[in-house]
Amino acid sequence: MELTGAEIVVQSLIEEGVEHLFGYPGGAVLHIYDAIHQQEQLQHILVRHEQAATHAADGYARSTGKPGVVLVTSGPGATNAVTGIATAYMDSIPMVVLTGQVPRPLIGNDAFQEVDSVGITRPVVKHNFLVEDVKDLATIIKKAFYVATTGRPGPVVVDIPKDITAHKTEFSYPRDIKIRSYHPTTKGHSGQIKKAYELILEAKKPMIYTGGGVILSDASEELIKFTRLLGAPITNTLMGLGAYPANDKQFVGMLGMHGTYEANMAMHNSDVLIAIGARFDDRVTGNLEKFCPDARIIHVDIDPASISKNVTVDVPIVGDVKDVVIELNKLIEASDQRLEGAALSTWWQQIEEWRAQDCLKFNRDTGTIKPQFVVEQLHDVTEGNAFVTSDVGQHQMFAAQYYGFNKPRRWINSGGLGTMGFGLPAAIGVQIAHPGEQVACITGEGSIQMCIQELSTCLQYSTPVKIINLNNGFLGMVRQWQEFFYDRRYASSYVDALPDFVALAEAYGHIGIRIEKPEDVRQAIEDAFGKYKDRTVFLDFIIDREENVYPMIPAGAGLNEMILV
Amino acid sequence: MNKHIISLLLENESGALSRVAGLFSARAYNIESLSVAPTDDATLSRMTIVTSGTDQIVEQIQKQLNKLVDVVKLVDLTESEHIARELMLAKVEAIGDARDEVKRLVDIFNGKVVDVTDTTYTVEITDTREKLDSFITSLSSIKIHEVVRSGAIGISSGENILAI
Repeated sequence: MELTGAEIVVQSLIEEGVEHLFGYPGGAVLHIYDAIHQQEQLQHILVRHEQAATHAADGYARSTGKPGVVLVTSGPGATNAVTGIATAYMDSIPMVVLTGQVPRPLIGNDAFQEVDSVGITRPVVKHNFLVEDVKDLATIIKKAFYVATTGRPGPVVVDIPKDITAHKTEFSYPRDIKIRSYHPTTKGHSGQIKKAYELILEAKKPMIYTGGGVILSDASEELIKFTRLLGAPITNTLMGLGAYPANDKQFVGMLGMHGTYEANMAMHNSDVLIAIGARFDDRVTGNLEKFCPDARIIHVDIDPASISKNVTVDVPIVGDVKDVVIELNKLIEASDQRLEGAALSTWWQQIEEWRAQDCLKFNRDTGTIKPQFVVEQLHDVTEGNAFVTSDVGQHQMFAAQYYGFNKPRRWINSGGLGTMGFGLPAAIGVQIAHPGEQVACITGEGSIQMCIQELSTCLQYSTPVKIINLNNGFLGMVRQWQEFFYDRRYASSYVDALPDFVALAEAYGHIGIRIEKPEDVRQAIEDAFGKYKDRTVFLDFIIDREENVYPMIPAGAGLNEMILV
Repeated sequence: MNKHIISLLLENESGALSRVAGLFSARAYNIESLSVAPTDDATLSRMTIVTSGTDQIVEQIQKQLNKLVDVVKLVDLTESEHIARELMLAKVEAIGDARDEVKRLVDIFNGKVVDVTDTTYTVEITDTREKLDSFITSLSSIKIHEVVRSGAIGISSGENILAI
């Protein structure tokens, strides 16, 4: 059957099993919007800004494992989407972004709403395509989904000139696709896995350090099994929270700049470090020269370029995390040999001493609302089962430290790029994917204003997300650094002239509640998830103005050089 | 810091070159020269990149290049015996004694004078980068108007073949 390019786009998405796409119309994509309008399988979610379309698709992808899909117009539509594309790229999130382009005869002529989308997005995509013939359209979309979702996932942009969406051709969606230059490794090398296994058994102070790769690979169950078989301590990166249950005694908390004392000390003192689906990011390693001085390192990662990039490792294993951990588990189970018991219990004693420092304690008797307390209460009310998105800054760290994620894909944050404005649209994406579930966006009065317009999207699609605004009237993390390192010169970190968030929420048709006393925190959260279960609720918590995120590794320090309080 | 000659087969598609060039600038890798042209297979281009860096950086360069979806195959020619050549065109002043002197030097370096005017010679030499450098040094007192170099292209020695 002959279809127009626009119809091919829609049919191809349906063939890929796409149910929702997030976007914003404009001249170059009008044919595609017209085709979407004339069918019912594919639901389009209209955001209020293209950045939000990408973040919403990103939240959708992170919470489901399915690729997020975005449709935006040419020019500013595409440039607005770039922040969200880069966000997904840094965190290896599968996403397919369709951008409209001016008709081919106009390309290069500085036409209205023309921008070189392929050129602009190139450094922040896994791959991108410009469609030059309607006959290639279906194949390119197939390739885009294939590349986005296999190997180390990432965003793929398909730039579609408007004239192509009007051209007709015979449509048949390719069943399989082969790209001769693209062969992601999935199976780990058995010799390397054996070597890793042997090295693990030599450990007296083993440490398991896992990242977002475990979540992307859906390897949580296998990781839990592996960790329990070994009896070793485990830490998760910011991106990896939830892969191992936070309430388990082998879990020593998050590591890195605002990780726990016990996690960072265990890293620093370990003799065998087992890194799984983590990439030795600078926020995790601190000063590289001081990083894990005594450890021999095993590194499992699907991306060969991640291996020995920042830290030279002893046993690299390139492969899908799930596959490799399954193989490791088999080796362990097939033998009676385990880690030496006496050494392991000495190691645990040491770790318990570090843990006894109780590095996440905070002063509860100040009469002001502590952000940590709000996050704890949120955990309690939602029984640790909510999907929690965040923006970027102090509130993000408080959420990571105090929520206690027990399941994967529940903690949705921009770890790599650190994109303020991510939280609310991401929460919308999560809620669209999980209509009946509890979704909270932990944010601050700085971040929330970067995509506040999406409150309007919440109303249109009845997404009952709960906004937990930790409002201290400061760009908190900036202020914290200025307090520590710039003699309290608070340059532009004070958010002057804040809006009345309650009135703002109400103006958008939602429930707004301001909470100013610690004793009102619990009730407000209960109301949000109870009485106002089906509504978008904006909880504006007026919190301690100068609370800091502790513990902290200052820039240039090693993991063993934390500031505790 | 060692010099490496990396040879790539990449899809002969618009944008492939900028993916490679963009990778080098985005990750602050050195790039001394880059040459690219289609091969006997019209769907493939062959690119030769001369770069330098520590072993760790060069390993990263190779891995990052391999990650580009348009890169079909990659070899570091400097890891084994190879042949590398560069083409140079140079326009030099050729007046009085210099006319003979330039001609002599061009003969020594197995080059050709490919264009002549009353005051200039344009010479063509194909050789290794080092030889071309020493030709330029040898010109010493002779005024050089213009130098154009292609950047190296390379191929491995013996029976090793870079093909798909």
